[in-house]
Order: sequence, then C-alpha cells, then structure tokens
Amino acid sequence: MADQTLPIHGTLDLTPPRERHNLLLDILHDWVITVDHKKLGLMYMMMSIFFLLVAGAEVLLIRIQLMVPNNHFLSPQTFNRMFTMHGTTMVFLVGMPLVFAWANYIIPLQIGARDMAFPRLNAFSFWMTLFGGLLLYYSFIGGPGLYGTGSAPDVTWWAYAPLTLKAFSPGNATDYWALALIVTGFGTVGGGINILATVLSMRCKGMTLMRMPLFSWVMFIDGAFVLIVITPLTAAQIMLLIDRYLGGHFFDTQAGGSATVWMHFFWIFGHPEVYVLVFPAFAIASEVIQIFSRKALFGYPAMVAAVVGIAFVSVSVWAHHMFTIGMTSSSNAFFVLSTELVGIPTGIKIFNWLATMWGGKIRFATPMLFAIAFLFQFLCAGLTGIMLSIAPWNWQLHGSYFVIAHFHYVLVGSIVFMVFSGIYYWFPKATGRLMSETLGKWHFWLFFIGFHVTFDVMHFVGFEGMPRWIYTYPADRGWGTLNLIVSIGGLIQGIAVLIFAYNLIHSLFKGKIAGNDPWDAWTLEWATSSPPPVYNFAADPVVRSWRPLWDLKHPENPDWKYDQ
Amino acid sequence: MLRGRSRVGQIAAAVGASALLFTKSALADGLQHSTSVFEPASTPATEIHHLSFFVLEITGAIFVVVAGLLTYVLIRYRARPGDDESEPAQVYGSNQVELAWTVIPVLIVVVLFLTTARVIFAIQDAPKPQAALEVTTVGHQFWWEFLYPKQGIDTVNELHVPLSSADHPTPTYIHLLSADVDHSFWVPELAGKTDLIPNHPNDIWIDPQQPGLYLGQCAQFCGVQHANMLLRVYVDTPEQFAAWVSNQAKPGVQDPSVADGRHVFETQACMNCHTIRGTAATGRFGPDLTHLMSRDTLASGMIPNTRDNLRQWIKNPDTIKPGSLMPAMQLSEQQLDQVTDYLETLK
Amino acid sequence: MSAIPLVPTSHEQEWHLPYKGRIGMYGLIVAESAIFTIFVIAYIYYIGKSLYGPTPQQVLEVPIFNTICLLSSSVTIWLSEREIERGNIRTFGIWWAVTITLGAIFLIGTGMEWDKLIYHDGLTISTNLFGTTFYSLVGLHATHVVIGLIMLSLVLLFTITGHVRHEHSERIQVLALYWHFVDAVWVIVFTVVYILGR
Repeated sequence: MADQTLPIHGTLDLTPPRERHNLLLDILHDWVITVDHKKLGLMYMMMSIFFLLVAGAEVLLIRIQLMVPNNHFLSPQTFNRMFTMHGTTMVFLVGMPLVFAWANYIIPLQIGARDMAFPRLNAFSFWMTLFGGLLLYYSFIGGPGLYGTGSAPDVTWWAYAPLTLKAFSPGNATDYWALALIVTGFGTVGGGINILATVLSMRCKGMTLMRMPLFSWVMFIDGAFVLIVITPLTAAQIMLLIDRYLGGHFFDTQAGGSATVWMHFFWIFGHPEVYVLVFPAFAIASEVIQIFSRKALFGYPAMVAAVVGIAFVSVSVWAHHMFTIGMTSSSNAFFVLSTELVGIPTGIKIFNWLATMWGGKIRFATPMLFAIAFLFQFLCAGLTGIMLSIAPWNWQLHGSYFVIAHFHYVLVGSIVFMVFSGIYYWFPKATGRLMSETLGKWHFWLFFIGFHVTFDVMHFVGFEGMPRWIYTYPADRGWGTLNLIVSIGGLIQGIAVLIFAYNLIHSLFKGKIAGNDPWDAWTLEWATSSPPPVYNFAADPVVRSWRPLWDLKHPENPDWKYDQ
Repeated sequence: MLRGRSRVGQIAAAVGASALLFTKSALADGLQHSTSVFEPASTPATEIHHLSFFVLEITGAIFVVVAGLLTYVLIRYRARPGDDESEPAQVYGSNQVELAWTVIPVLIVVVLFLTTARVIFAIQDAPKPQAALEVTTVGHQFWWEFLYPKQGIDTVNELHVPLSSADHPTPTYIHLLSADVDHSFWVPELAGKTDLIPNHPNDIWIDPQQPGLYLGQCAQFCGVQHANMLLRVYVDTPEQFAAWVSNQAKPGVQDPSVADGRHVFETQACMNCHTIRGTAATGRFGPDLTHLMSRDTLASGMIPNTRDNLRQWIKNPDTIKPGSLMPAMQLSEQQLDQVTDYLETLK
Repeated sequence: MSAIPLVPTSHEQEWHLPYKGRIGMYGLIVAESAIFTIFVIAYIYYIGKSLYGPTPQQVLEVPIFNTICLLSSSVTIWLSEREIERGNIRTFGIWWAVTITLGAIFLIGTGMEWDKLIYHDGLTISTNLFGTTFYSLVGLHATHVVIGLIMLSLVLLFTITGHVRHEHSERIQVLALYWHFVDAVWVIVFTVVYILGR
C-alpha cells in the first residue's frame, strides 16, 4: 500500500491557483456552481445525512408519544404529521438522494471516466431534489393548515385517496406532499438518465459491460429502473392535483372515480421503489464483502442476472400491498406467486455473498461489520417478507406493526447498515483520511443493539394486533410494555448515530491519512489519489478484466487469464 | 370552555377513568378477548393461524440453515493473527452450485404457493349458508355503523353477532361499505382484516365459536382520529342475541318526564345529524341514537357510557376526541343537563 | 502499490460506445412513456364509467386532418435529418420549418376541438370522468407537442442565424427522436380516445 503520487508528466495543469480574497465565499461558490460528479455526489450525501437526522428526530418524537398508552406528548394532528413526514422524508429525501450520491461519486471513478455523461444535468438534478425537500419542509411553516401546527402533510406517505381530496383534506398539506415530490421526481429522472448514459457511453477502453465492477452494474440497473419507477407516482400526483384544483374526478368516488385506482398507481411505483432504494445496499455489499474476505465475488454473471431479474419481476408484485382491499381470490393468488418469485433471485444474492466469504480471510474492519450485520438482517427481512406474501396471513398482518418491523429490517437493517458500511469504506477515498476504527466499532455495536431491541420486539407488537398510524392506544390492549422497549431501542440508535456523526466530522479534520488504497482493493477508484483530482485519472485507464488492480498486483495470476 | 392544560387534564381524567372501568368490566365479564393473531376464535382466523404455523416452520428452517452457514463462515474463515499476507484461492463461481440454490428455492415457492392458494379460496370463496346473519357495515370518520337489513336494526360501534358452532354453524356475513374515505375492519381473533372503500363494496364472514367481547379497530388510516375508531364485537349466545335484536328493533323510548330534553334535542340541530326512530329525528350523518343506552361505550369504544362522559361529549367532543366531526353545540349548562337526561332514557 | 498509471497498451480493437446524447434521449423517452402509460390506463379503465354528462360518442369527432398533419411531420423531420447528414443546411432548414408548421397546425386544431367541446358541448375537465380523463391525456400530449415545438423553433432560429452545421447532425437526430416519440404517443392516444373509447 505504498503511496505513489505524480503520474505522467505533462498531464497535470500546473497553472498556479488564482488569488482568493474571501476563502469561505469562494469555497461556497465553488460548491454551488459545481458540475463535478464528486462534489455533487458529496452534496447528495450531505443532503441525505441531514434529512436522516431530521426524520430520525421525527421518529423519536413518535416513539416518545407511543412509549405508554394514552399519552399526551403529541396531539393527534402533530403525530399524524410526524409519521407522514418521517416516511416521506426517509424515502424521498434520504433514500433516493443516497442512490444518486453513490452513483455520482463512484461510477465515473470505477469505470475510468472523468465525469458523468451530463454534468450540468447532474447539477440541475441535485438542486431540484434539494429544492423539493425544502419545499416539503416549508409546509411546517407555510400557511395556516387545517388544524394548526402548520401544513405539513398528514395523510401517511401513501396519501390514499379519497382522504387526500379537497373534501377530506381542505388545507394545503396534501399539496405540499404532491408538489414537493413532483419536483424531486424531476431530479430523480435527470439522475437516472445520467446514470444510464454514463455507464453505456463513458466506460474506459477495455471495460465491457461484463468487466464493470458489480457496484457499477447494480447502480446502472438502478438508474435505468428508476425511470419507470418514479414516473407512475408523478403521473398519479398530477392526477391528484387535477382532482384537487381543476375539479377532476380521477379518485372522486362520488362521480364514479375509484379509490383503488390510486392504490394501484401508488404501489406500481411503491413496490419497485423499495428495490430502487435497496440496490445501492447490494452494490456496496458486493464491493465490501469481496475486499474484506480477500476473495473475488462468487458468481459475477449470476449476480448480474439476479439484479436484472429482481428489477423485472418486481414490477409484477405491487398488489401484495393491497391484499386486504377485496381483490378476487385469483388476483390474490397471482400476487402471492409473483412476490415469492422475486424472493428467489434475492436469495441467490445472499448465497453468492456467503460463497464469496467461504474460503476467504475475513477482516472485521468497520465496513465489514456493517456488511455482516446486513447479511443477517437482510435474510430476516426476506423471511418476514415471505410471511407477508402469504395473502391470508397478510390479512392479519397488513397495516400492523409487523409490517413496520419488516420494512425497517430492510430500510434500516439492510440499507442504513450498508450506507454506514459504504461511508466507512469510501470516506478515505473522498477525503484522504480514515475514519476512527474505535468510534466505528462503538457506533456499530450500539446501533446493532438498538436496532434489534426496537425492531425484533416490534414484530411481536404486530402479532399482538397493534395497527399502524395510531397516535395512541388504550391501556387494556396490553401493548404498553412492548412499545416501551421499542422506544428505548430507538433512543439507543439515536445515540449511535450521534457517535457516527461525531466520527465523520472529527475524522474529516483529524483522521489518519489514508493514502490511495488503504483497503488493498481491486477497482479503479483506488488507483487514483485520495481525494481524487478533479479530472479523476491522469490518463484514461485501459482494463483487461473486472478487477484491474488485482491484475496489476498479481501479475502471476491476473483475472483476465480466466476470461473475466 | 376548557383550554390548554385543563383540557388535557379533562381528557386524561376521562380516559384514565375509562381505563379503570374497562379493567373492571373485563374482570367482571371474564370474557374479554385480546387482539392477538395467535388466538383465533373463528374459522377464517383459525385457517390463517394454521397456515401461519406451516409458513413459520419453513421460514424457520431457512433461517437456521442460512444463519448457521453465516456463523460458520465467520468463524472458520476469519483472518487469524498469525496469517501471512497471501491472498486465498480466488473462486469465481460454480454453475452447479448456482443451479442448486436456484432449484431448491423454486421448490419451496411452489409448496408455499399451493398451500396458500388453497386457504385463499377456502376463505374468500366460501359458500354462504342459509342460516347466515347479514350485517352491512358502513365506515365513517371515525365511527362504525352496523345495519341488520333483515331485522330492521341500525346500531353503532358495538356489533352483536350470534355464537356459531361446528355442528350448527350460524356465521355472520358482513358487507363492508364506506361513507367517506378508506377504512379497514380488523378484529384479529375473528378474521383477517378487509378494507371499507367508498364505491367498492367488500364482503367478509366470521363464525365465532366462543362467546364474549372481541376487540379490534380501524386498520387503514382514515384521518385525524383513526386511532380511536375502535371496534367491539359481542358474540352472544342465541338467547342473548335474540333479546338484543328484539330490543334494538323497538322504536325510541318516549318518556314524558324528559320532554324538555327531547325538545332541546329537536331544536338545537341534533336531529340534523342523528336518528332516533319513532321521532322526527332522521339525520343520517351521525350515529343512530335510538338505543344509545344499550351500548357500553361512547365515541367509538373510547370511553364508558356514563352520564358524565355523555354530558362532556355533548358539551364539547373535542375534549375527548379532538378532530371528531361532531361540533360542540354551544348548549347552556341547563340544556346540557336536560338533553343528557333525555338521552339516558334511550335504552 | 496502486497509484500506478494505467498506460494505454496497443490498440487491439476499436472501442466504440453509443453516443451519450442518444442514450439520454432514450432514457427520457422511457420515463415519459411510463407517465403516459399511467394516463392511458386511467383513461381505458374509466371508459363508460361516467355517471352523467356528455359521452365520447356524443361529442367527439375523429381528428383525421390533425392526425395526418402530425404524422406527416414525422416524415418531414426525417427528411430534414437526411438533409443535414448530407450537409444541405438550407434544405434541412426548409423541411424543419415544414415540420414546425405541421405541428403548429395540429395544436391549432386541438385548440379548435377543445373550444367546441367546452363552449358548445359543455364538456370540461370537471364535468365528468370522461372530461377529466380526456383533457388530462390529450392535454398531456399537447403539452409535449408545445415543448417539442419550442425546441424545434429554437433550432430553426439557430439555423437561420447560421449556427447549425453538418457536424451537429447527430444532435439534430437526438432532438428528432423526441419529436418521433411525441408522434408515436399520438398514435396511441388517438387509438385509445377516438377509436377504443367511442
């Protein structure tokens, strides 16, 4: 891992930097006008972390309210806004920007390109996404709202019609929800187009699609996929606004419109959306598990096929969110089958990751700790997902805390864990410094414990019959003790995240210098300096296999010998 | 007029008292069931319960195998301190292994799917027997309306159904409608939940085989007081049920000693929303009050049906259920006493 | 061990990747198709479900002339693409202008149709389900025609001022791809609204 700096003579711009008069303004200006994929990736990441903390605060308020029965910490109006904003924020202002954070920062570096295909579109997409988020949060202070405490959306993040029509939601809360997400949707489409064009048109010489790192493959599928995933929601939201402001009747049941049409459109977006959100976790896992097992990924072609298969099948499962609405028995049976089928390629991925670790030399650095927890938790999430796919059992569990436990096992137990893994892994590349391993381990263990205290117990809260979206519950239901435990776990997670935030900021200034390749890794981003120069590579790379640095480090046993 | 803390205090007091009362009534009846999905008392719930155990066994086995493998790998293949820096053998894949762990999950899926499909059809497409009771449920923000078309009854929030038994089945078939937004009928021990969607009628059936009180609540977010749209299903013996039906079928009690209160009811706009059969009050927006005193609770299961609670509710529903669609009618203290007296005669 | 410059080796084979602009436009078309699909599904689902008000059979006239204009504009834009590939900027500009004219005629025709529907037949977006789904779907398409015409007009402006040259032909093709998409969507909208729905 010796450091090597200045590359080929004559490829660097040696003009001295211009004089700066106001350093802070200059730095801000730099970031505001940037079209560089690395800066934009970092801004997407900062936006996600910021909104993660905000939505985390929202759920801590929720958990305090639900700690004991008949609590009066939050009014019902405020509570309903809290969980609506928590869900909406986490999906659209944390999860989606994270997709573009990872894709923007890493794809060009991994494929040996100098930037994304459309740098200005990239900047536009980021600012649209951020503006949409700010518009959504402006709702807290804008306008009088229906019941006071602002106009923040209070109709759940699904915003089912006809509750969202003017007759039942007369204020502007629903409008903020619809408009803010239409705006972020533009950013999402721009980002997806960029990923698609970058991967197809900007790979360095020799990098055929099957020689791309799996991370880039998975993010590529994600970028293409998002184009047909977010757009149905945009269409449905336009229809909702037509109903609310132009007198339309799309969801107006009094005029023959249909509440179930909203449900279908929402879930045609909503189910594939969770795959859009989880693909980055798969992408990061594929990189981290390889490096910290010291073994090539097992079954690269199968992994590619699995992700493509998941994307295709996942558009056929949406009505498993609607088993209770009274579809015919044949329809219900169909969606049971399709949902179980999508579990097969997903399971295959877990097996391939396990096989990668099999026969390896596993190093338990912080990124790997999070990845191992991800494997365990994603397995559990898949199994509770199978339970939920069983339509009759779903008739009991739908709309209960069991479902909340299941999807938090995916969103937190899988996605957030891998976000942390990826940050610990690539922070050295982006900043040139390593994050503290000691603090990392404290962060990991506290978060792991807090996560399991909350979400393991939450499954049983669901079994005990507690539905979602309720701001309080009677004392005679017997749900009090379990809810208290769930809330305590939430506080533990909060502390862990604060440790992480401290580690992040402290390491930025005081972390150990990382060098180009602190993890002894195999993909192109580790070939350039940490942080990379704005032009990424001194000369355009040329590759012969899917692990170019392995080939260089192991000239006696390169991957291209095995036709990779 | 209550504001701020004292209003909170009021709510706390009412609810606190109700908690005590509920516990008392539960102990007194001895037959209040829980909301656990693992204690089915009716065929649909029982079918689901059996299926769920089968699924738990399969998923449990998968968990043991895969988590076991993970644990084994972590222990067996961890980097040890004395290790040299050499890289382990690089294995790129194996077609046989990929095939194996594709085929086995496919088989599991086939088994799960066929088992599940059988239960779906058994519950959803069960033929309706002649002896079935028919109830139409209309979901409102934030209360339940129960119509018994053949018996000519219209009641609210507390559903009475007859006990059924395996050899003499008397199931209840419930037709689900909504007057406004989406709701969901969920009484875990009796059946899985089914939604009430405007312009989209649904049907479920239950055949409870143990008497007593079953609890549930609305399970689809329907607005600000979704949390307090509670359900109480009373499973009566045939005698109890017959007695209940015949009482409910009678028109509202006409007690001349509370004529003042009835006058308040009819002139203060109450009758615009509420019905009391046998009187001029035929409002359909709010609950039917004909036999208000035959119910154990008010505000959709929130508080016990006592004089104080009833009076407070009429005075200002927002102090008990903030966001409820019944407005405070700005009655004077005397009017409140009179109308409460009147309503208390509606047994 | 890893900041090794990755020096290009011999040029064994050519390295050709698709033009990123074209891929980007395909991506946009895929996204827009998804939006249109949802509106088309809603339209089809709601056929015959209006509880009152004018029905399609009562008020819709098949816009044959408009459709011929719009679909011909795909032919004319294709002709203009051919011309710029050959370097004939002037002929390119003429066919491009014809395309814009045909598109504008289509829009005017749509406007006239809506005028009749609103003021003569009493059909607005809030009248009934048919009105809602009709104006939404046809309006969404018309919006895309407007955006297309704006972009085409900008290019015409640049052509007249002499800024468009032979080396821009690939970019012109990408823009034309958008226009072809708008026309293809019209084929579907036309079929669903004026044939299936009546």
